[in-house]
Amino acid sequence: MEERTDHPKDNLPGGDDLRSAPDRRIGDHPILEFERGREIRFDLDGRALEGYETETIAAALHASGVRILRRSIGRDRPRGFFCAIGRCSSCLMTVDGVPNIMTCVTPLRSGMRVETQRGKGALGNPSPGLHDAEEVGAAKDLGTVPLAIVGAGPAGLSAAIAAGRLGVSSLIIDENRTPGGQLIKQTHMFFGSREHYARVRGIDIGRELVAELDGLPAKLLLDTTALGLYPERTLSLLKDGAHMRISAEAVILAAGASENMLAFEGCDLPGVYGAGAVQTLMNVHGISPGRRVLMVGAGNIGLIVSYQLLQAGVEVAAVVDALPEIGGYHVHAAKIRRAGVPILTSHTIVRAIGADGVEGATVCEVDSDWAPVPDSERTFDVDTICLAVGLTPNCELALQSGCEDAYLSDLGGHVVVHGEDLETTASRVYIAGDASGIEEASTAMLEGRLAGLAAALAVRPEIDRGEVDRLMRETRAGLEELRNGPFGEKPRLGKARMIELARAVQERSS
Amino acid sequence: MSRRRDGVLDSHEMTGVLPSKERLAAGPVVVIECVENIPCNPCVDACPRGAITMEGDINQTPDVDVTKCNGCGLCISACPGLAIFVIDASRDDGTATISLPYEYVPLPSTGETVAALDREGNVVCNATVARVLSPRAFDRTPVVSLTVPMEHAGTVRHLRRKVG
Repeated sequence: MEERTDHPKDNLPGGDDLRSAPDRRIGDHPILEFERGREIRFDLDGRALEGYETETIAAALHASGVRILRRSIGRDRPRGFFCAIGRCSSCLMTVDGVPNIMTCVTPLRSGMRVETQRGKGALGNPSPGLHDAEEVGAAKDLGTVPLAIVGAGPAGLSAAIAAGRLGVSSLIIDENRTPGGQLIKQTHMFFGSREHYARVRGIDIGRELVAELDGLPAKLLLDTTALGLYPERTLSLLKDGAHMRISAEAVILAAGASENMLAFEGCDLPGVYGAGAVQTLMNVHGISPGRRVLMVGAGNIGLIVSYQLLQAGVEVAAVVDALPEIGGYHVHAAKIRRAGVPILTSHTIVRAIGADGVEGATVCEVDSDWAPVPDSERTFDVDTICLAVGLTPNCELALQSGCEDAYLSDLGGHVVVHGEDLETTASRVYIAGDASGIEEASTAMLEGRLAGLAAALAVRPEIDRGEVDRLMRETRAGLEELRNGPFGEKPRLGKARMIELARAVQERSS
Repeated sequence: MSRRRDGVLDSHEMTGVLPSKERLAAGPVVVIECVENIPCNPCVDACPRGAITMEGDINQTPDVDVTKCNGCGLCISACPGLAIFVIDASRDDGTATISLPYEYVPLPSTGETVAALDREGNVVCNATVARVLSPRAFDRTPVVSLTVPMEHAGTVRHLRRKVG
């Protein structure tokens, strides 16, 4: 066994040097082979560390046992990362003198000077031009494309493929280095039928979708963040610090979702991670998230990530869920139960224990009114708490541009109003995948295809309508089939309500 | 307890999951522990003998025609839920063989003694690894066959290596 030390002293500047830094990198894995690239050196608060060129700063630090990335502004509390997808801002550090760098998505570079950030951070020597209004305002104009797609996950890629097959070219914008969205972390085989890539592992579906773009008029623009959506479907983009803008005849928003947080005592401690972050660490970077994990949430994500943790050689102390019943599929629960992981329904997390990071977790039983059952507390010896308590659609671009929204709990909260062909209340702006309502990757692919077909038809009315209609009917039937069972009830009801709302908006405006 | 409460099938939920004693004694046969209506059907395509069918849409549970099934085990690695097992309880030496999906490293070796676990992860007995199959077609879901005492054929569903 590798030596894994989690003592908080590991994180103190000037503490352990390179030779005794723990290495949490995973060796053999049943599904994945990790290609880490070149080993590079960097330093943290003056202490020399090593990482790999394929890693992010936060991942390389975690691999060396460093979990504290900054101190909170008000109370000087230790903070680690939470989401690991550049959403939550818990991981901000000072890098090469520049504060507030999102280290969970910033690639590690040789010789980087990384500092634990205290307070808000201040710019020491602003780079020349930063206050030059002319320079800030000068966005490079990339012209007009037929179709711009935000997000290169299952929905965005499927949209590009569908439109591309009809001869409509697209530009797919994604803030990550690798296309595929969350598929790049999904080591398990997908459900569904053959047409939905059933039996294929998520990681391979991502690769297949990217491969399908070959030969189609679709281009990927990676490492690029879409900052805003303005009139005439103009997107403002940021790549390598440079500001650009592009206009499109149609836009498909497929920006996915963000992990939900749960409030409990100590929930801000380093070592409390979202399920997606745990997957990023272990399945993208091949880094063990911890020694022993408490999983909060017995939906499919909590169950699947628990299984993936076991496959990565990490112990799972238990899965707890406040609901009286397991939310995910029995087959996912059965895999971890037979490996000896208890699933405690009607149990919730009470507190995370630890001063500088998670050193334990206390849970208790809850009764049918969600009240704690007296004397039911028990404490697990864990160094990691993984939260799999749901997702919230990323709909900021649509909302900022003025699309109408609604609150539908069945779809994950605030969602953008969209009709059956996924068009929002803004003309030729579509939304698909988790961004349009929380579901599965299988449905995201079909929604993406539907949005791609609808957008293609909108911008190229000369396309053979009969053929597109046939493809759209087939795709809708596929969605219906996937949502048809008892586990599809929420999206089924949510999407039905959504279509009613879209009709109401249409009637109001006509 | 039940599958919704703690993730383990109770005796009521197991009704119809295990083939009859007579069928088990006749030769290797598949056991599919998939009792919920989830949208999934790769097992149907995986069977070369057409023994696995699904009536209606893909949310139905699979039906097994045990007269067609010869226990070949090709469906084991095809199941995304890792819910398919093959039991051979036809020998008269007091042992049975259970074949199960095992997506962990390192894989056990043929002849190795491992701990045999039940659906709750409890050790029920020792088992001898009879066979380990991991061809490319199984796509990283190896199938391990364990020899266990006959009385545990219905309960053993996983293994834990004792070394390494």
